[in-house]
Amino acid sequence: MKIAIASGKGGTGKTTLSTNLATFLGETKRVVLVDLDVEEPNAKLFIDAKTLKTQDTFKMIPHWNSNLCTQCAQCVEICNYNALIHIANEILVFPNLCHSCYACSELCPTQALPMEPQKMGELTHWRSDFIDGVEGRLNIGEEQAVSLIAQTKKYVEKYFSEDTVKIYDAPPGTSCPMVEAIKDVSFVILITEPTPFGLHDLKLAVETVRAVGKKFGVVINQFGIGNDMVLDYCRAEHIDIIAKIPHDRAVAMAYSKGDLAFRYVEGFKDALQEIVAFCEAKGLA
Amino acid sequence: MKIVFTAQGTTWDSPMEARFGRTDYLLLWDESTQVLESFDNGEGKNEAHGAGPKMAKVLLDLKADVLITGNGPGENANAILGKSGVKIYVGATDINVQEAYNAYKAGTLRLF
Repeated sequence: MKIAIASGKGGTGKTTLSTNLATFLGETKRVVLVDLDVEEPNAKLFIDAKTLKTQDTFKMIPHWNSNLCTQCAQCVEICNYNALIHIANEILVFPNLCHSCYACSELCPTQALPMEPQKMGELTHWRSDFIDGVEGRLNIGEEQAVSLIAQTKKYVEKYFSEDTVKIYDAPPGTSCPMVEAIKDVSFVILITEPTPFGLHDLKLAVETVRAVGKKFGVVINQFGIGNDMVLDYCRAEHIDIIAKIPHDRAVAMAYSKGDLAFRYVEGFKDALQEIVAFCEAKGLA
Repeated sequence: MKIVFTAQGTTWDSPMEARFGRTDYLLLWDESTQVLESFDNGEGKNEAHGAGPKMAKVLLDLKADVLITGNGPGENANAILGKSGVKIYVGATDINVQEAYNAYKAGTLRLF
């Protein structure tokens, strides 16, 4: 089983649900929790784990060779991201705008733009008593999250067997990094809060997940605050509401201590059980 | 002197635009010919990526001596502008182009 936990809005409980669900499942199954929120990975904060391995990750960036360049500037024309600029008799490369698509490098008639690796972040493999975890962490200031997300998933595919339950903690939002995080899972759990803001961004997330063609369901976090608009929306759209995690101060207390809420809050554990039952009924686990 | 303004319109009365790469228009005032020219940035403004460097390149092509703008260019654009001799004055916001020019002449704008 490979499921992603995503949301449109940030701060709705993706990491809270990911860490709790992974550990809860890890008591009986082999589980890997994959932190794909590479711009601010924080799942490991909630889990008492030992680091097994850390490795550097790289992206490929064109490097301009002034001796070979004929100043034709085809590279500048082809770049979709304005990562190359031709001024006077110089080609300037902006690595933070580059998407490593290779177009400039491949099209250069004199091979004056060879691609070279540049460190973009780190990948960490950790282990707790119950689960394994893999985290991608982007360098500060680095803008291209997608490549690191792809590399983190690749690592997981390489080192974990088919029958391992894989839980992807997705980045917030509905743009490229989120799409990269959900594009090869079998199911997406969209977690939201029952507020107008939560609903607004849930709609965007639903639109995205539908466009990517993924099966999905909704978990409502902090159930009891806000209003019924999320419930009404899901009913009208025939979207499964998998579970409702009750609004409870004890969840926030566990969170603030970097601990897992299901160990202290019965209602939280019940919600996890509902999620597992749902996944089993759908043939996901 | 060729002086470039980031503006929301095409005349001296137009309000200044604080943003550099995503400005609506560039106005070029050539002090020697006394001609005010405008350049529509409709395309560059909506670039998903790299609007700043693209605009910096435009400025270089225009051979501007002075840029008068609001917030100032970002890191990428500045790397390009640094290769030219263009002087960048910032803080020209909430005023129109004429007022920004007057402020520049009076020496009250901050050098970026």
